[in-house]
Amino acid sequence: MNNRNEWPLWEVFVRSRNGLDHKHAGSVHAPDATLALQMARDVYTRRQEGVSIWVVPSDQITASDPGDKAAFFDPMEDKVYRHPTFYELPEEVNHM
Amino acid sequence: MYTQAMDIPHGDGKPAAVDDPARAAAFDERAARGEFVEAKDWMPEAYRKTLIRQISQHAHSEVVGMLPEGNWISRAPSLKRKAILLAKIQDEGGHGLYLYAAAETLGVSRDDLIDALHSGKAKYSSIFNYPTLTWADIGVIGWLVDGAAIMNQVPLCRCSYGPYARAMIRICKEESFHQRQGFDALHTMMQGTDAQRAMVQDAVNRWWWPVLMMFGPHDKDSQHSETSMKWGIKRISNDELRQQFVDATVEQGKVLGVTFPDPDLRWNEARGHHDFGTIDWSEFWNVVNGHGPCNRERLAARVGAWEDGAWVREAALAHARKRAARAQSAAA
Repeated sequence: MNNRNEWPLWEVFVRSRNGLDHKHAGSVHAPDATLALQMARDVYTRRQEGVSIWVVPSDQITASDPGDKAAFFDPMEDKVYRHPTFYELPEEVNHM
Repeated sequence: MYTQAMDIPHGDGKPAAVDDPARAAAFDERAARGEFVEAKDWMPEAYRKTLIRQISQHAHSEVVGMLPEGNWISRAPSLKRKAILLAKIQDEGGHGLYLYAAAETLGVSRDDLIDALHSGKAKYSSIFNYPTLTWADIGVIGWLVDGAAIMNQVPLCRCSYGPYARAMIRICKEESFHQRQGFDALHTMMQGTDAQRAMVQDAVNRWWWPVLMMFGPHDKDSQHSETSMKWGIKRISNDELRQQFVDATVEQGKVLGVTFPDPDLRWNEARGHHDFGTIDWSEFWNVVNGHGPCNRERLAARVGAWEDGAWVREAALAHARKRAARAQSAAA
């Protein structure tokens, strides 16, 4: 029921410090990208929680369907050999 | 509590939507295993509705909660206290925004939520319908009101609905500052003159019972507790939380040097808890139903702020659209 000129929704991603990934923090309503950044700063970094912010229009995000979770992620389920712990090596080199 | 909506009669009289029984059963099992539910996951309609009601009421409470404190920004006793109060009020606004965003993940629009508040359809916490008569009230709000809120909110960090739980983690971190600054302000006053100490005691006397009411009705009178517990929306009952709060606060009161206006308040060795007197539930329902000291004033201030700001929201949107259209025609 978005019929009263509600400001569009933006998803907010914050990098807490250099060397770390941007992480989803939440969302804000804002009329444009510039104001979305300023509002995200005021809402999500009042205590210096960030050094960089990304804002993305929420309707521009394509997400996988949670209903398909089983089928979508299933192909990775039986490939235990992708993990280092799958391999039992001789004691002398097992720290490899 | 900020989430009193859980216990307040509601409903539009229509029968609840019927969920697919197999999916509903699978959902109940997930909840019993303590799994988190995320925004796009299938969920029973009653779960969705309960959460929308609770999260939006919580958001409204944060936003309306700015009003009693805003009363004192221009009269704070020092620049330091004014800066602290401004930061606290800004946090409350921020908390409202985290929570509105969490509620919106359940498929409601922000404007609809705000409409429900402004039309009186949605409730907010009863506590904000009491006036802030002196500067000591601001300290007591931090110490007792935010203290009670923290008691209720910490278990919500483990709520089964992921977006709500994440918002609560952020909020709880910030609330700790609110409670401590309140105690600090009162503690400073208690080192002052007799008049200042009397002012603190008077504020405690006025806020004590309304704060105990924040936890909502007794468990036996609480309407939705059982389902909310089953689904992991609520983790600890109203009476348990109230008891925890009384036990913690009585000790803090001793440090501060204030008493509580309850002749029946005493340590019960056998229970290992403090006993306390009977809460006046007629006052609670009176305030919840719109007849507290400040209900009308608070709602009028909220609606006024929303309406007075309408031209800003409209102008910003018009400007953004004009620029987008100009960019598009330049590219064409």
